[in-house]
Amino acid sequence: MQDIAGNLQFYFSFPFVKYALIVGVLIALCSSLLGVTLVLKRYSFIGDGLSHVAFGALAIASVLKLADKNILILPITVITAILLLKTGQSAKIKGDAAIAMLSVGALAIGYMLMNIFSTSSNVSGDVCSTLFGSTSILTLTSDQVILCLVLAVIMIIMFIVLYNRIFAVTFDENFVTATGGSANTYNLLIAIMIAVIIVLGMNLVGSLLISALIIFPALSAMSILKNFRSVVICSAVISVVCALAGILISILFSTPVGSTIVICDMVVFLICFGIRKVAGE
Amino acid sequence: MLEVKDLSIGYDGKEIVENINFHVREGDYLCIVGENGAGKSTLVKTLLGLQKPISGEIKKEEEGIGYLPQQTIIQRDFPASVWEIVLSGNLSNLGKKIFYGSKEKQRAKENLERMGISDLKDKCYRNLSGGQQQRVLLARALCASDRILFLDEPVSGLDPKVTADFYELTEELHKSGITIIMVSHDPQAVLEYSTHILHIGKESIFFGTKEEYLKSDNAIQLGIKREE
Repeated sequence: MQDIAGNLQFYFSFPFVKYALIVGVLIALCSSLLGVTLVLKRYSFIGDGLSHVAFGALAIASVLKLADKNILILPITVITAILLLKTGQSAKIKGDAAIAMLSVGALAIGYMLMNIFSTSSNVSGDVCSTLFGSTSILTLTSDQVILCLVLAVIMIIMFIVLYNRIFAVTFDENFVTATGGSANTYNLLIAIMIAVIIVLGMNLVGSLLISALIIFPALSAMSILKNFRSVVICSAVISVVCALAGILISILFSTPVGSTIVICDMVVFLICFGIRKVAGE
Repeated sequence: MLEVKDLSIGYDGKEIVENINFHVREGDYLCIVGENGAGKSTLVKTLLGLQKPISGEIKKEEEGIGYLPQQTIIQRDFPASVWEIVLSGNLSNLGKKIFYGSKEKQRAKENLERMGISDLKDKCYRNLSGGQQQRVLLARALCASDRILFLDEPVSGLDPKVTADFYELTEELHKSGITIIMVSHDPQAVLEYSTHILHIGKESIFFGTKEEYLKSDNAIQLGIKREE
């Protein structure tokens, strides 16, 4: 036990470990906020599709050798989110088919680009780390840390400001429209927020695992709690605790950060699910 | 309060029903009836602003209509308390404000009392019975508008006793001066409570008072009047 504490103390003497922890916690907090909305509005698919698009954008950014890849990834993902929402509404192409096409397409193109243009000697290692997160959270530069912090704080503020609107459109968007509100605007804002959160989350757990970061805490909280506000707060707490635990475990036992966090989330989900079953609901 | 002129409706540019003309005045109780597939639900969506009309016009005296939707699957599994849901009915009165103030909370409280469900305030919506859920949604609709209510097949899936209670409740609201538009499958209710009827048939559209309707041939289709 003392060993572990000593070990942690040693690691925390490095500033990049502290950065990783702060950024990780904030990202985890953001990503859990919209989880409930995503699950209940059947938007989980969009989250998944967007993360693959973000992967494709990342590949393009790498090929272009951009210093800060987020400059390209963010707008592409946000625009895709808006387009997906629009096609979902027009219903000419089935929404989920469109998303499936887009996400596998982006994956294929992304991998192709990374393979052809990569200057690194370890292409599969690069691909693996963008898909599953790996240690990139520990290699953030201070600029990236600041960008992550700013975006995360903006997301949290937006969520609080829009909280009542988000609740209303999640519960019943037709009611919002019928009573003279603008459900489409709120849906658009939600889609943009999801896109930003996915790009942020990619830094932490990689593009394949980000959906898990968004959905698991929400599902855990939903299975044991009974009102919206407490579900949101609880999923934020679960997400932050799991991210902290995941990062610490991964540092101590040299496991991959992303998978460790997601496995923590899964364990919590199984516990919550068990509680619900025992409570006999 | 509501004036519909030469309205034609449909989706994807295809027209389903044309030449819909009717109006709703303050204090009316309009029932919208018709066979399945005749375009009733498309009309509902168009009236509520959920989809655009193909041509014609809908003049609404006020933006907000208190709307009681058919229940969707999402809502049945939603983790929200009764209070949160009723309060959310105030959204359209919120304007640019971020949070609900004491005025909105007072309104939500009054409507909970009006529906007789103050004791359910902190209960979880998904654990309520069908009748209770309906009252919650009605309280929410009343928060959005205490002048005009739009009920979309409100009793489908409710048992007879709860259905009767629900009609009773709606009638009380109507008597207190609230204008009601109801889409219904239930001939009994149409006969008993409505003042006006809009019948969307596959061949013809009828609009008029209940008495006029009973004299017309449309009533036969609905099974209210027997063929002579």
